[in-house]
Amino acid sequence: MPQQPRLLQGNQAIVEGALYAGARFYAGYPITPSSEIAEECARLLPRVGGVYLQMEDEIASIAAVIGASLAGAKAFTATSGPGFSLMQENLGLAVMGEVPCVIINVQRSGPSTGLATKPAQADVMQLRWGRHGDQCLIALSPASVKECFYLTVTAFNFAEKYRVPVVIGADEIVAHMRENFTVPAPGEVEVIERKKPTGPPENYLPFAPEEDGIAPLAAYGSPYIFHLTSSMHGPDGYSNNDPANAAWRVAQLHRKIERYRDEIVLTQSFEAEEAEVLIITFGATTRAARAAAKQARARGIKAGVLQLVTLWPFPDKEVAALGERANTVIVPEMNYAGQVAGEVQRVLGPAKDLRRVNKYNGEVLTPAEILQAMA
Amino acid sequence: MAHATGIKYLKEKSLPLMWCPGCGNGIVLGALVRAFEELGLKKHETVVVTGIGCWGKADDYLLTNALHTTHGRALAFATGIKAYQPGLNVVVLMGDGDGVTIGGNHFLHAARRNIDLTAVVVNNYNYGMTGGQVSGTTPAEHYTTTTVYGNPERELDPCAVAAAAGANYVARGTAYHGWELKEMIKEAITKKGFSLVEVASPCPTHYGRYNEMKTALAMLRWLKEKAVPLKTYEQLEEPEKEGCFPVGRLVSRDAPDFNARY
Repeated sequence: MPQQPRLLQGNQAIVEGALYAGARFYAGYPITPSSEIAEECARLLPRVGGVYLQMEDEIASIAAVIGASLAGAKAFTATSGPGFSLMQENLGLAVMGEVPCVIINVQRSGPSTGLATKPAQADVMQLRWGRHGDQCLIALSPASVKECFYLTVTAFNFAEKYRVPVVIGADEIVAHMRENFTVPAPGEVEVIERKKPTGPPENYLPFAPEEDGIAPLAAYGSPYIFHLTSSMHGPDGYSNNDPANAAWRVAQLHRKIERYRDEIVLTQSFEAEEAEVLIITFGATTRAARAAAKQARARGIKAGVLQLVTLWPFPDKEVAALGERANTVIVPEMNYAGQVAGEVQRVLGPAKDLRRVNKYNGEVLTPAEILQAMA
Repeated sequence: MAHATGIKYLKEKSLPLMWCPGCGNGIVLGALVRAFEELGLKKHETVVVTGIGCWGKADDYLLTNALHTTHGRALAFATGIKAYQPGLNVVVLMGDGDGVTIGGNHFLHAARRNIDLTAVVVNNYNYGMTGGQVSGTTPAEHYTTTTVYGNPERELDPCAVAAAAGANYVARGTAYHGWELKEMIKEAITKKGFSLVEVASPCPTHYGRYNEMKTALAMLRWLKEKAVPLKTYEQLEEPEKEGCFPVGRLVSRDAPDFNARY
């Protein structure tokens, strides 16, 4: 049966993407504006033999996701900023234990309960630095219903391939927006499975990277018995306090991401190559930015848009390549401090004509507001 | 028949144990691996999930699958494992600070969910690993490094909480009664649904030192004298119950567990 186009909400598309990628476990706690993800999972996962669990809080949700992942499931959870804050400690464990999992953070206006039903893009730094200690992970940011689907598949692929938690930093706008979308047929989009151990089970080392820089991961219950600890550990997964091992381990957690940086960093450019005015954007604001660029070009301004699809690791190279060529760079974002603008300024240097457009009243950034910055 | 030693579940290279002289954890670990052996648990089908604290270090000595988690959250990790792979034996090792103080919410809901996990909560009445601070189970009036004038708060009874929240199996043992403890752990693992074995355990280094039980012997004697089998305990007059606690199987029922209901 050919796939039919459906009018899907961003949150629904995320669930469709997760199921397409093979997710069979969801544990979460309701929070606006992400709750539709939980509701869709509760409805759809049992139909495909998966498990839906509503946990007692977000701390437990990410814990259960990590447990299920180690039992062999592709597992995920969804929340918003406050819930994401509660997940940080256990997310640290997922980084340390190199546990594949996907976390959706549908950003809303804060701080604290803030404007709980309104959009924001103020968790950019929380995505990257929310946790304790030396760590890194991957964060992606969708700008449409279609991207909600595809980036969720990509998030699972990255998580499984690199043994790392991947966060989708969505926002209330894309999450609740409805667009026509056709879910691709099975096989049309690549789906990656985690690398399993081979060879004699007694030789299995769950934390010894192979040539590709990634260690294979068994599932609890297989003949490959393994230990996983939140503590510093050696290749066998048991606690290890040796300083040389600790230094190597912390570096390894970063290096595996650095090594695959070019595969992980995704951007889209819209007439950005020749742009004299470059708008650097992410998430739902991309839509206003593209409209603003179009209107500017109609007025004879050579404007273009660079959309940061991957937020972390930050697309330094891509920002430098296009940003250095442009006379003016505009970074519109729904936060006060200019969380992405600060990164762009770091890449392009203090001399760059960088204009920040910040909105933090719970309302959407408009093309007109971005156009104003070109004056 | 030779007695079970449980040695095949132990990582002998990691011995001797890191715990203080007089600590009850070694006895509980012994009971645990003997229970594993007597039940014939396969290492690859068994996952031991631990929290943070002295007893949470137990996985360092085990050859089964293991997941050493964050402070207070072991039951939530274990819930994910068991919900996805119901065929696994999932045993969760936590202390009183870990399991029923910081982890109180997960404890409550694991019991309510009646998910087929076995929680072995070693209760030494204080935070041993961080130097003997008050925990949710430190008895009222008792002394710790953060209740130097006596604990102004009341203690929580983990067994009563688990029973009220819906656990299928609740038992209390002590580190003094090793054989009985092993039998309780076996019953708990065998029982479908959420099982709790609370183990009253000596911590002479901290709790005992501040509460007139400075030696390991004094603490064991306390366990021997104050742990009263449930039936005897129920027949005691109120004044006689003072300072005593009931041990043995406190709850055993067969409500459908989470996986059966899902």
